[in-house]
Amino acid sequence: MKPKGFEYLRAHSVEQALDSLASNGDDAKIISGGNSLMAMLNFRLLEPKVLIDISRLEALSGIEYKGDYLEVGAAATQAQLQAWPGLAERMPLLALAVPHIGHFQTRSKGTVCGSIAHSDPSSELPLCLALLGGSVVLRSKRGEKVLKAADFQLGMLSTACADDEMVVAVRFPVKRQGAGYAFTEVARRKGDFAIIAIAAEAVGGTIRLGIGGVADKPAVREWSDLATDALDDKLNELAWELGGNDDIHASAKYRRQLVRRLGREVIETAQENGVAVKETN
Amino acid sequence: MNDSSSPKKYLGQSVERIEDATLLRGAAPYTDDIPVPVGTLHAAILRSPHAHADILSIDVTAAEQRPGVHAVLTGRDIKALTEPFLIVLRVPLDQWSLAVDRVRFVGESVVVVIAEDRYLAEDALEYIDVKYRPIEAVIGTMDATKDGAPLVHEAAGTNVVSRRDFSYGEPEDAFAKADKIVELTIDYPRNSQTPLEGFVVVANYLPGDESYDILSNFQGPFTVHPVMSKALRCKGSQLRMRSPAYSGGGFGVKQAIFPYVVLMCVASRKVGRPVKWVEDRLEHLTAAIAAPNRVIEAKAAVMNDGKIIGLHFEQWDDYGAYLRPPMPGPLYRQHGIMTGAYDVPNMTIVNNLVMTNKTPSGMVRGFGGPQIYYSIERLVHTVAVELDMDHLEIIKKNLIPAGSFPYRAAAGALIDSGDYQQALEIAERDGKLEDLQERRDEMRAAGKLYGIGYAAVVEPAQSNMGYLSTINTVEERKKAGPKGGNVAIATVNIDPLGTVSVTADSLPQGQGHGTILSQIVADELGLTPQEIIVNMERDTQRDPWSIATGNYSSRFSSSTVVSAQKAAQRVRAKLARIAAQTLNVPAEEIDFVGGQVFAKGNPENTLRFSRVAGTTHWSPGELPTDMAPGVTETVTWSAPELEPPNDKDQINTSLTYGFVFDFCGLQVDRVTGEVRIDRYVTMHDSGEILNPLLADGQVYGAFAWGLGIALSEEFVYGGDGSFLSGTFADYLCPTAPEVPEPQILHMVSPSPFTPLGAKGIAEGNVMSTPVCIANAVADATGQRDLRLPLSPSKIMGLIDDDEPPAPTRAASEILVKSDAKGGRGVTGSGSARAPAAIQTVWDTLLDPVKLAAVIPGCHQLDLVGENNYTAEVSLGVGAVRGRFTADVRLADLDPPNSVVLSGGLHGPLGASSGMGKVTLTASGESTRIDYDYEVVVTGKVVAIGGRMLDGASRVLVEQFFRRLIAQIEGQNEAGNSAGSWLSRLLKILGVGR
Amino acid sequence: MSQPIENQKQQVNFTLNGREVGGSAEPRKLLSDFLRQEMALTGVHVSCEHGICGCCTVRIDGKAVRACLTLAVQVDGRRVDTVESLAHAGELSDLQKAFRKHHGLQCGYCTPGILMSVEAFLEISPKPNEEEIRDMLGGHICRCTGYTGMVRAIKEVVEQRNEPVPLIEV
Repeated sequence: MKPKGFEYLRAHSVEQALDSLASNGDDAKIISGGNSLMAMLNFRLLEPKVLIDISRLEALSGIEYKGDYLEVGAAATQAQLQAWPGLAERMPLLALAVPHIGHFQTRSKGTVCGSIAHSDPSSELPLCLALLGGSVVLRSKRGEKVLKAADFQLGMLSTACADDEMVVAVRFPVKRQGAGYAFTEVARRKGDFAIIAIAAEAVGGTIRLGIGGVADKPAVREWSDLATDALDDKLNELAWELGGNDDIHASAKYRRQLVRRLGREVIETAQENGVAVKETN
Repeated sequence: MNDSSSPKKYLGQSVERIEDATLLRGAAPYTDDIPVPVGTLHAAILRSPHAHADILSIDVTAAEQRPGVHAVLTGRDIKALTEPFLIVLRVPLDQWSLAVDRVRFVGESVVVVIAEDRYLAEDALEYIDVKYRPIEAVIGTMDATKDGAPLVHEAAGTNVVSRRDFSYGEPEDAFAKADKIVELTIDYPRNSQTPLEGFVVVANYLPGDESYDILSNFQGPFTVHPVMSKALRCKGSQLRMRSPAYSGGGFGVKQAIFPYVVLMCVASRKVGRPVKWVEDRLEHLTAAIAAPNRVIEAKAAVMNDGKIIGLHFEQWDDYGAYLRPPMPGPLYRQHGIMTGAYDVPNMTIVNNLVMTNKTPSGMVRGFGGPQIYYSIERLVHTVAVELDMDHLEIIKKNLIPAGSFPYRAAAGALIDSGDYQQALEIAERDGKLEDLQERRDEMRAAGKLYGIGYAAVVEPAQSNMGYLSTINTVEERKKAGPKGGNVAIATVNIDPLGTVSVTADSLPQGQGHGTILSQIVADELGLTPQEIIVNMERDTQRDPWSIATGNYSSRFSSSTVVSAQKAAQRVRAKLARIAAQTLNVPAEEIDFVGGQVFAKGNPENTLRFSRVAGTTHWSPGELPTDMAPGVTETVTWSAPELEPPNDKDQINTSLTYGFVFDFCGLQVDRVTGEVRIDRYVTMHDSGEILNPLLADGQVYGAFAWGLGIALSEEFVYGGDGSFLSGTFADYLCPTAPEVPEPQILHMVSPSPFTPLGAKGIAEGNVMSTPVCIANAVADATGQRDLRLPLSPSKIMGLIDDDEPPAPTRAASEILVKSDAKGGRGVTGSGSARAPAAIQTVWDTLLDPVKLAAVIPGCHQLDLVGENNYTAEVSLGVGAVRGRFTADVRLADLDPPNSVVLSGGLHGPLGASSGMGKVTLTASGESTRIDYDYEVVVTGKVVAIGGRMLDGASRVLVEQFFRRLIAQIEGQNEAGNSAGSWLSRLLKILGVGR
Repeated sequence: MSQPIENQKQQVNFTLNGREVGGSAEPRKLLSDFLRQEMALTGVHVSCEHGICGCCTVRIDGKAVRACLTLAVQVDGRRVDTVESLAHAGELSDLQKAFRKHHGLQCGYCTPGILMSVEAFLEISPKPNEEEIRDMLGGHICRCTGYTGMVRAIKEVVEQRNEPVPLIEV
């Protein structure tokens, strides 16, 4: 289990990284935290010719509060996000979700943007980004563009990031006024890939529910002013729509049942949290 | 010699380990850390992606030319230089260290590359071209026993390569007169304790005396030393096996290194240089070893009062693709004690040894115990359920009575000592069973799924080296000669400065054997453990050893320690005689305390220990007449109780038998099916405890693995034999958040058969914990057929209601729907709409050039026959990308309506085969394309990424149709320009631009 | 013969256990292999090489990370600490002693990585409760001990390190 040979470029600037991407295209891969990428390299699941290391780019290492959203640079780690002072208050969903990402020893190195760019269907951060309606900032020699999460995440490990582009930042919308959030996850062990991860946001009569780990990418639904029993129907509809796969850890039926049952629980918790917020305000 | 010993000062105490100061500094030299000879090369192994296939050809020429490569060996080289491994049975199940002509499990070694370093060796693996012809594989144990099942070894003529019936007492009468017969079928999974350090071998062929010098983390038993030397066609003395003192965990598994030892010996001989191989995690999980999975039909003949009067077990033990010595040990190691902790005089056993296309089975902690106790203790619980009686009451009613020890069990075990009733009393009292029962009542009243489980287990230690001969009939055994006993060896040595060193025939892997030996010897010689150096290396050319040498069957505490104590006592006796001469008192009056040797009645009359010890080196002439110079005492010991099997097929399988009684309370989450252990109590009677700290350490460790067996660990195979648990993300070892701390209780019934009175303690919980947890889950859920591991999904599958039906909706909304079939592969179907006439779509599909442009990542396509192509493709999903050779065939052509595509892919990441039907329907201006497909994938990519397989296949199929549609659209725009297609073809073939 | 660029070794200078060191490595050389083979720090153990078991955990600039998921070339200019840095002046650290006292190790293969994790963790969370300790240990696999001894050891060290410094009476 040793990687195949590649050229290593420690980028000294974003431009240098983009130049290399432009000239190497699909043969180049960006590495920042490398938790997923290095494991895949060790298994020889991919064989890039050039590895562009952006982990030391100061310009990308920040976590910045920009009023409507929190912008996390491509070199910022999950541990950095977890320790960001305003997290619980301004980003309650992330505060709930981040401890579920891997372990202390992987969050130290794993980056927020790396997780988004890798687009593992079981990952917590792509789910949060989708649920919050966040966006991804992509840059290439051709320029910069900002894609909504839904337009960025295409499927299993697949994103709209072109060969010459890199993710330079992701933007998580901050807590909405009066909103309550909840997050839960079922995994075989603490820190494992989620069999299912569920996130919810409740504002007034509107709920947004996000499901990870079941379909090929996070799925988000928004429902307004639902009657209690109508929610069961909606969850059932969603469960069947997502389908879910049988794998060695869980059956598709199990996943669908969790969508129905935990979905309701998480929504209710989000609503309660929303109420609690209102009361304290 | 039974010398008077000093009072035990250290033995029995929680002495801190002498090993730890080295280990905690990261300074312990494990095998991979030890310097190798100059010029050592490194090996990497190419493994089979198929569970069952003929090897049609192997082309290594490109690999041989890669940088740094010294040699590439195949089965042909191995067959020329070695013999197949000896096995226990007289059945042709030939196995070499590399596959010869056929592969029989995913991960089987096929080619070995020897290069300058491991990176270069792995590089070269990708340049080896092996052509396989897949054969139907047989994976399910019971499937393998059916008529017409594919044969794993055709020469054997059957997959059930051994079957023996045993009858003890009057089982027919018992079953005839029983009030009730309770039956239960168990399907015990494949698992392993997976040591964190993998196999490491450094082999050096020495041409001078044609011998092999091996450094490896082999753990014994040395029964396989003759197996290796026979395979290498050398004398035993020409195979020097050295194992270092430190090993990164073993749990039995490191016995299975021996085929690699032989392989690296051949490699070293071929290249004329030392060769080193370090197993990686993927190799270990895929191909090292697994405890045999086992199907057991268990029956109990019971009376209405709960008394069990007869037992019946038919076992199908699954050894995978090859029977590697000392297999089928797990099927017979428990044989004498198949009645467990119960006094049941009547029993029948039918043992079937089954071969399947899975990784060979091997030694793993518990060694048959977890399998059989899972069936006994689940059966006893089921008896309670069927009689509507309390489980604990049934256990108590049937336990071997106190006062009946040594107790001869029906199948021959001579259980040395114990008081099981008292053990239960202590456990109930100190473990506060009543509180737990109250809690269960409260939780149930609150609507929770709460259960209490029990398990009673007799824990064997120090196997009888003759137990495996029980597989042979009485006549066969007579012919072969009796086999029994055990041999334990230890040496105590004193150097000229009077310092003491000890060696022994155990190869510990973290148990702290060195510490315990230091305690024993320190006590005998009046020293401290810190003054004793213990060296646990073993070298077959320099150290005494026997076939029993090694670390397995919990032999250390009832066997190896005996030799060490006896050796220390001999040293003591010798030194006492020397001192007696100087101190002018009888030798019997000499005592050893605090580094002094003195006359018991007169402590002033004393000598320094080092001075006395030194005399033997410095002035042998001063020694008493008839005393040999030097002080080095080696003692070998075997217990007389370990007799060969008798004519009634009774066998005392082990020397000592401890007792374990566990109970636990747990809750099953109604929503998620997760098991939450509330409290776990484990009661042990392991005879004398040599070091309580270390003894409890063994219990905690065995408990954690038992928990893994119960809840999360399994080697999973697809129906086609693909292996699905190749990473630590899929093979789930419990981590700290999942492992609660059990409450450990002890009582002591010393064994009369071993001088220190100690029994084994390291395997009990591996046998008791899985079934104790399962019994509690059964109690909580009311379910009877529980297959381990009890994953949340599996538990919900048992207790959950039917799910609400899918709402009716327009089919068009779901483009592609697919579902994995038992983990083995992917089936799916879907539809797409192409904006072109049906004939255009048909032509596109049938045109090789157009097809090439549509296949994702296709960069070369050759027509090799009518409607048959091969293509070089680079396929991937997201960042994952691999090179494959594709073989595509078109069949059942019904122009322009339907066609069947079939074929396969192979490459370094694995192999796949599949079939898809495409149906076209004209629909106005456009064409509707319906398709369904079935793809089976095997090899590395599934072992690592099974979780992603479904989604990845879907991405690729979607990609294919998206490209097809794009192609057709482009074609429309180009107005069917033949020129553009020609240029495209040239581009694909690399000749145009 | 000149090597293809991907095989050309690159210079790596870094601070290793407090000493300035230099070496050279192919870009693909894993830090775990580099520390073991080039720096002779065999206390860095290799087991899964996919980031789950935690045996190879070292500290880079103080943070606990997997050496198997790090390239040697990536630590150029960084500070790397391994288990070999823990004992001072021949004496085991408080944490090491506590592991010995509570039998927090058996085969010792997972131990160096765990010790490095614990040290990094206690710097960030000096007073963790048992659940937090277990949660952090969740990033490691130990097959021998069932974790009980190491949890006890860590709890004891947490207590000891948080004891108020006694006032010295003058």
